[in-house]
This record gives sequence, structure tokens and C-alpha cells, in this order.
Amino acid sequence: MSFPILSLLIFLPVFGGIALLGISKENIKNVKVMALIISLFELVCTLPLLFAFDKTTHAMQFVERHDWIKLFNIEYYLGIDGISILFIPLSALITILCILVSWNSIQTKVREFFIAMLLLEGAMIGVFCSVDFFLFYIFWEAMLIPMFLLIGVWGGPNRIYAATKFFLYTLVGSLLMLVGIITLYIKGGNTFDILVLAEQNFPVKTQLILFWAFFAAFAVKVPMWPVHTWLPDAHTEAPAAGSVVLAGILIKMGAYGFLRFSMPILPEATSMMMMPMLVLSLIGIVYGGIICLAQTDLKRLIAYSSVSHMGFVTLGIFALNTQSVEGGILQMINHGVVTGALFLGIGMVYERTHTRKISDYGGLATNMPIFASFFLLFTLASVGLPGTNGFIGEFLILLGSFMTRPWVALIAASGLIIGAWYMLWLYQRIFFNPVNSKWDAIKELDMREIMTLMPMVILIFWIGLFPNTILDYMHVSVSHLLSQVTGNPEGIASGVQLAVNHALETANQGVQHVQQISH
Amino acid sequence: MPTYLLIIPFLPLFSFVFTFLFGKRMGDNSHWLPIAAVLTSFSCALYAFFQVKNGYHVNQDLYIWISSGSMSVSVGFLLDELTSVMLIVVTSISSLVHIYSVGYMKGEDGYYRFFSYLSLFTFSMLMLVLGNNFLQLFFGWEAVGLSSYLLIGFYYEKKSAADAGKKAFIVNRFGDFGFILGLFLIYASFGTLHYEPIFANVNQIANQTFTFLGTTWYLPTAIALLLFCGAMGKSAQLPLHVWLPDAMEGPTPVSALIHAATMVTAGVFLVARCNPIFTLSMTALNIITIVGSITCLFAATIALTQTDIKRVVAYSTVSQLAYMFIACGVGAYSAGVFHLFTHAYFKALLFLGCGSIILGMHHEQEVKYMGGLKKYMPITYWTFLLASLSISGVPGFAGFFSKDEILAMAFASPVGAGKFAWFIGTLVAGMTAFYSFRLFLLIFHGEFRGTDKQKAHLKESPKVVTIPLILLAVGAVAAGNFGIPVVIGGDANWGHFLEPVLGHALAHPSHATELILMIISVSAGAFGIFLAWKMYMKNPEMPRTISERYPMLYKLSLNKYYVDEIYDFLIVKPALFLSRNVILNFFDIAVIERIVNGIPKLIGQLSGSMRKMQDGLVSHYLAYMCGGTVFIIIWMVVRA
Repeated sequence: MSFPILSLLIFLPVFGGIALLGISKENIKNVKVMALIISLFELVCTLPLLFAFDKTTHAMQFVERHDWIKLFNIEYYLGIDGISILFIPLSALITILCILVSWNSIQTKVREFFIAMLLLEGAMIGVFCSVDFFLFYIFWEAMLIPMFLLIGVWGGPNRIYAATKFFLYTLVGSLLMLVGIITLYIKGGNTFDILVLAEQNFPVKTQLILFWAFFAAFAVKVPMWPVHTWLPDAHTEAPAAGSVVLAGILIKMGAYGFLRFSMPILPEATSMMMMPMLVLSLIGIVYGGIICLAQTDLKRLIAYSSVSHMGFVTLGIFALNTQSVEGGILQMINHGVVTGALFLGIGMVYERTHTRKISDYGGLATNMPIFASFFLLFTLASVGLPGTNGFIGEFLILLGSFMTRPWVALIAASGLIIGAWYMLWLYQRIFFNPVNSKWDAIKELDMREIMTLMPMVILIFWIGLFPNTILDYMHVSVSHLLSQVTGNPEGIASGVQLAVNHALETANQGVQHVQQISH
Repeated sequence: MPTYLLIIPFLPLFSFVFTFLFGKRMGDNSHWLPIAAVLTSFSCALYAFFQVKNGYHVNQDLYIWISSGSMSVSVGFLLDELTSVMLIVVTSISSLVHIYSVGYMKGEDGYYRFFSYLSLFTFSMLMLVLGNNFLQLFFGWEAVGLSSYLLIGFYYEKKSAADAGKKAFIVNRFGDFGFILGLFLIYASFGTLHYEPIFANVNQIANQTFTFLGTTWYLPTAIALLLFCGAMGKSAQLPLHVWLPDAMEGPTPVSALIHAATMVTAGVFLVARCNPIFTLSMTALNIITIVGSITCLFAATIALTQTDIKRVVAYSTVSQLAYMFIACGVGAYSAGVFHLFTHAYFKALLFLGCGSIILGMHHEQEVKYMGGLKKYMPITYWTFLLASLSISGVPGFAGFFSKDEILAMAFASPVGAGKFAWFIGTLVAGMTAFYSFRLFLLIFHGEFRGTDKQKAHLKESPKVVTIPLILLAVGAVAAGNFGIPVVIGGDANWGHFLEPVLGHALAHPSHATELILMIISVSAGAFGIFLAWKMYMKNPEMPRTISERYPMLYKLSLNKYYVDEIYDFLIVKPALFLSRNVILNFFDIAVIERIVNGIPKLIGQLSGSMRKMQDGLVSHYLAYMCGGTVFIIIWMVVRA
């Protein structure tokens, strides 16, 4: 039995959070420092995963397996593979940044806030580590509570509405998933082990019903069009840290759910439902992008842009080939980094201005040049400028979906134009244009804030310039997943009806330019 | 990988990062590193050029950038004839612009920021031309877009500047949309994005078709036209030209850089680089030729009436770029690149000359307030004259050789639209000479029309400004010497040098034809100059009488054919309407949100009415029970 590192990662923040109760409520400083130390330690503990991970196998690693509720064969079964591993350090990192960005902005019930953050972290990591479907469900629902509190207690003026909406939306979806999980248990031989479930051949009809039951839970979380309307409200009302963790990790859970459960367990249904899913993703990309042009609220705009970007993610996942799926997973990370960073930035500026209205801003670059530079980089990563991480993800997704269905890539690529339009317009209205004299005395970022944004900057360039260091983790798991779904480790090879298939193999003539027609 | 090749792009990158981070502290000295960097790059570019000339080529990968499944793309450099020429153009113009900016930007806010962006611009363009694959080209392509965004919007507190920067980026994205689809199609056809295997096997896509949504497409045409979309954006061809004239919102040295060396030439470079693909498709070549011809005429007619000196020069760029596309369209890629080369020098000179005038005039750009500047700014005057002669195609000057080459090739080309392009090109040659000399005469000759205060301040610009002008003037005069045609005693070195990459032109005119064509185009130019002299020197009332006689035409030209207004009406307004009124207010709020909020409300109402059943009266409960039992019995009977 090796060291139970995954359990450590799940329960370190949970117990750490509980331990914060031991610090007196008045001693805010100590609470914050303690929370920071716990979260930093958590991140350090995730690093061995990255180094010890075996990239040559799709099997679950760092496995921990114990009986839990024997009557129903429910196990405490943890493990990670190439699809889930990267989200664990990302969750740990995002939590640290959330704690840093809340340092001064959270003024009430400070201790409880940090406890909620840490509990949320534990639950999130639990979701990514679960190999038992029931255990997964427990963590999935457990996440909901601290998030609900983050919005409902520390949120903006309309927080109760937003929190309730968030809660009900996700709960309705989750309940359908629960029904699906129980059906799987009954029909799949009394087990919740998803690896075993993935080996079974469920009748197509059952698969289709289960697919839509899971869809209800996962699509709401992503969120896919048309079940996206909780996201703008949740984002606008949540405190900065809430928005960051929501954009950074929480909404990735939906896409992760498709990858971990829907696709391997319900392969036929996945293939059959590919087209509807691609269409919904496309609608999300275009609809989410265009609607951004009409936004007057900073956070709402970024929230809707998430709908568009997550449309790219689901597009990649359901285009079912190597490039698109790897691009989709990478884009989940990228979106977490970039949109997380954008919300961090917005949190910092909101702390100074207390307004989210775009028209209240203008010319901020003059008084906050450092902040303007950071935000510009995040904006550019968001519009997918090559050299930043956003490009790699979008490129792979578009390339992959082009190979599956060229017209899908054609429509999706329009997202590149719309994205540049609303993001640069937003940037102009906040940082350029004549200086709004209201903000003449606005403070530039301080050291803590710069340090909060720096990790994101590093990740943006790191993934943008050396994406292989990330993609390497997923290759084997993705091809295993694709062979489960499509029977081909490369997935759907090419929908482009080209006569030239193996052009390069047959050709062997070296560099020689076409002889042009001579007169 | 040879070190000098790495230095060429990465030194400017280092200079960008360093100056951006620490330039503020260096204050007025922040220009030293960028200038040193770009000059070093220039020296290395020269060295690279001579290496290539001696037959030494490089095609080497630095590292694998993206690999996913069977797709793998590297970051790698390709040094061949075409690259080496582009390197010289980019680094030489960029060096002079850097030096010139020391004088032009003196005392401006964000001096260090300006120089760091210049370095970024140079780096981006160098990555674009040096890449050995399409994805790296795209990296440079977009990075160039970013740099232009930053530099055009340099005076970001001015809304018009911020708008112009944004516009440049977004309009280019429209082109990129086609470009990236072109890349996908290339990948789908060849399984790689690297130049070498693609161009080596390009014949395999000849005669291939593919089906898209039930329609059948000829593969080379589809790829070529998608790539050309990107080129239209970057090189400001109709209908994506709208960003370029607005780009003059940036400081004038930036305009010189954008118009001459770093940005707009990217599209021409792309087409030239991909010539093996374009050559496979007569349709694509015809379309390029036609787009080029129309743009050429369109932009020239606008330039005739503009009164902002930078705007005239800006439209002349659109028109001159169109010549380069005509060259590519008729299959004479090396003639296109030749014009790119000569144009870089005379256009940079024109813009930097404008900058010098603007300095002298205290940031006045309206030609209405100028006149008679000759005696105050002699160096600017003479260099501007040389540039105008060059762009007008006066024999002996650089522009003459390259433009004539294009016109001759167009005339002789087997591409259907060639003759049409030749006709338009010759017509525009006359117009070019006319508007160039109109501008020149209005600025430097006649009486000064500005205020007394402006007059009192008029003086020649400092040496740091005039020396780059003089150096560029040498280029504007002599750059043509590399490609003197055989017919007038040259040896057409240019074409021979680029032949390994760009191939032969599709067809050559006979020497006699070439001479006749030359005479025609030179006469057109001479007539243009004569007309400008007649209208603006001899008979200054003439322009007004003409504009009054043809008010419609005059207005069309003055208002740039209302293209911006049309786009606003056809694209911007509808998109915003769609966004606000259809998607947000209707779909999102009136439909989806109503359903989402409606369901809980419905459940609430339902449970409210159900609650009324539980009123606590036993007799009611008894009645429900009986009713239920009866219902179940009936149901069972019916089912049985």
C-alpha cells in the first residue's frame, strides 16, 4: 500500500478548514495566514503527482480502494488518470489565488469565508479523484454547499436570488444524474465502479436515456446553451473569489463529467448524440459571443464569454478525435487560468471602484499601467492570440472538429472574430479612451495583487509556448477514451472527403517545386 | 541552428521585454537597447543574405511546439532566398524607423513604451518571415496584429486612436477566419503544416476535389482562396482595406513601419511563399488579379481628393499593395516581391517625410494649411521629391523598375484577367503620379496657407530625423538596381535570385512589347505629373471647378466611397441589434429566463392549489378516497 496521497489532498483542506475554527473569530490576520499556509501546502502536495505520474498508461494511478458501504458495493475508490490529473494542481492553485484576492475584500464573517473556501477545495479535488460513481456524487453535491454559501453570504445585493437559482439549477440536474447512477447500478451488475461499468455493453436505448440523464447534470454545470442562465447571475453576485473558483474549476466539472462518465460508459449513445452535442456547442459559442456585445456589466460580460468558451470545450470533446479532445481538455485548463485571471483582475479593480458598470470606466491605463498590462495579456489569451495558452486549445479544437465535420469548424471559427470584438471593445472601454476623472486617485496594484496574478501569467505563456508539457499527460488516456467510444484510438479520422489520404507516404521526391507552365 | 539566425528575431524580443519592464526607469535613454538590437538584427540579416547568396540554406526546427495524435508542429526557421530578402526589408526599414523615432517621439509620454512596442513589432514580423511552417507564420501574423493594435492605439486616451487600433485587429480577424480554415484544409490534405513536405508534394492536390456540404470544390482553389482571405486582411485589399487608412492614428513612424515593412507586406509574402499552391489554381489567380486590380483603382481614386497628408499616402499604400497582388495573381511572384522591396523604401520615405512635415507644422496634417515649405525644410523637400518620383514610376527610380515589371508580366500573362490588370495598372500609374505630385506641390510649393504662428515655428527637423530620410532616399532611388530588366541593358538579377523559391513567371513578353508597354506607362506617369502641375501650380482654380462640375464623383472619392458607413450599416449595427434586442432581450430574457423562472412559479402555484385540498374536513377526505378507489377499479377493469 503506497502513501494515500489523494486522500491527503482531499482531506488536508477539509480538516484544515475545520481547524480554522480553533482560531478566534477576532484574530482575522491569523485566520487568513493559516488558510494561506494550508492552501500553499496543498499545492506543494500536488506536485509529486505531476512528477510521479506514469504517462505511458491509461490505468488509474495513485489508487486507493476500500470498502465503504458493503451492502450496495459502494467503495471509497480513488485514482487519477491523464484526464483528471491536471485539474488537481489547478484546483489547488486557484484556491490559493482566491484566498489572496479575498485578503482585504472580505470584511464580514472572515473566518467562515476561508473555511468555506477550503471545504470547497477538498470537495473539488474529491470530484476529480473519484473512481466510484457514488463517491463522485457525494463530492459533486458537497461542492454545492460551500459554493452556495460563497454566493449567498458574501455576494452582492442580489445574492439570494443568484444563489438560489444556482442551487436549484444544479440540483435539478444532479437529481436526474442520481437516477441515472442508480439505473446504472441496477443494470450494470450492482457496482458503482466506473471502470467496470465502462466494460459493459448497455443496450442502446438504456444508454440514450442515461446519456440525457447525465446530460442534465453536466450540461447545467458547463453550462451549455440553453441551460446557461444561472451563470451570469451567479458570477455577477458572487464575490471575486467565488467567481474565480466558479470559472476556474467548478464549471469544468461538467465537461469533466462528460469525459469521465458519459463517454466511456455510454459509448454508443455518445456517438449517436455527437451531432446534437456539436450543435448545442456551436450555439453556445456564437450565442454566448454575440450576447457579450450587449453587456453593460463587466462581470456579466465575462460570464457570457465563458458560455462561449465552454462551447469550444464541449465542441472539442464531442468532435471525438485526438486533437479536438486533447484541445478540449487543454481548453478547460486554459479557460480556468484565463477567465480565472480575468475575474481576479475584475475583483481587484472592483475593490477600488465598487462599480461593475463598464461605462463608469475609461482611461484606466493611465493611472494603473501595470494592471492594464496584466489585463491586456489576459484579454489576448482569451481571444486566443498565438503564444498564449488560449490559442493552443482553440487551434486543436478547431483543427480536430474540422477533421470530423468541416462546417462545424467553419461556424466555430466565427467565435474568433466575435471574441476579439467583444473583448477588445471591453478593454477599450475600461483602459483606453479619455480618462474618467473619477479614478484620478485610483491606486496601482500592490505587491500582493501582482503576486496573485503572476502565476496566471506564467501559466499563460508556459502553456502557450510549451503545450506539450501539458498535452503529454493526456495522450494515452485520450486515445484510450477514444478507442472506447469510437473503436479507433485516433477517434473519427476525417470527414473531409479528400482523395488525398496518404499523400505523404506515397510521395518521395524531395524538395522540388512545381514546374510552372512556360510560355 | 546558426546563431546569427537566432539573433535576428530574438534580440528584438529581448529588447521588447527588457524595455517594457525596465524602460520607465531609463527614461530618455530607453531607446538605446531597441536601436542596438534592431541594428544587430540588421547586420545579421545582411550576413544571412550573403550566406543564401552563396548557396547556404537553413531549414531547422528549434523544438516541437504542439503535438497531438498524428499532428505535430515545430517552432523552426527557414532561411532561403525569399526569407533573406524579407529580412533585409524588415530590419533595414525598422532600424531607420527606430532611429527616426528618437527625434519624432522626443518628450512624448510613454517614450519607452513606444520603443518596446517597436521592438515587439519587429520581432513579430521576423518570426512571420522566418518560420518554416504555417503555424509559426500564423504566430507572427497575429503577433504583428497585436503590435499594430498597440501602436495604432498608442495615444489610447484619444478615442479615435483606440478605435483605430481595435478596428485594425478585428478587421484582420475577418481575414484570419479564412486563413485558419485554409490551414485546416492544408492539414487535412497533407497531414502536416510544414512548408517543405507540403510544397514538395503539392502536385498531389492538383486535380483533387473535396465535398463540402454537398458541394464539390477544387482543392487548390479552396486552399488558395482561404489563404488569400488572410492576405486580404493583412495587406488591406478590398473589402478588408478599411483598417489601414485609420491606422494613421498611430504616431507617424508607426505608419511608416506598418505601411512599408512590417505588416502589410505580410499578405504579399504569404502569397509568394505559397506560390506552388496558388499556381495550381487558375481560378484563384484570376480572382487575386481582379481583387488586386479593383483595389488598385479604388484606392487611387480615393487618394486623389484626400487633404490629410497621411491619408493620401495611406491610400497610396493600398493601391501599391494591389500592384503586388496583381503581380502574384498573374503568376509573376518575383515581380511582386520586387515591388514589395522598392515600395518599402519609397513608402517609408514618404511617411517619414510626412512625419518631418508634421513636426515642422506642429502636428498639423491638413494640406490646406501648408504650402511653400520648400524653403523651410530643404532636406525634407528633396527627399520627398525623390520618393514622389519613385512612386510615380519615373525612369531610373526604384518604383519604375518594379512597377514596369508588374505591368509587363500582367500584359503577357496567360491568366485571363492579366490584360485587364495591365490596363488598370497603367491607368493607376498615371493617377499615382498625379496624386503624389498633387500632394508634393500642395505641401512644398505655392504660398504658405497656415497661421503666422505656425509659420514662425517652421524649421527643418533635427538630424536624427533627416538622416534616416536621406538614407531611405538612397533606397528609393537605387533599390531598383537589383532588378533592371534585360531589355534596357540590365540582367534581371532579382528574378534569378528568387527563382529557386518563386519560380519563373508564367510568361514573358517579348522585348519589343516590353519596351512599348514601358513607354505607355511612363507616359501615363508623365501625364499625371503634368496634370498635377497644371492643376495645382499653373491653374489653382482648376481643382475647384472640376469638383464642382462632378460633385457626386468628388464626394464619393472624398468620403472614401462610404465604405465605413456601409459596414457600419451592414455589419456593426445589425450585430449590435442582434445582440441586444434579439439574443439578450428576446431569447435570453424573454424565453429562457421566463421558462427557468416559470417552472418554480408553476410548481408553487400548483402546490398552492393542492394545499387547498387538505382542508382538514374528514368528509372531504372520505370523498377523495372513494373517488380514488372507484377510479382505480375502473382503470383495472378497462385494462383487463
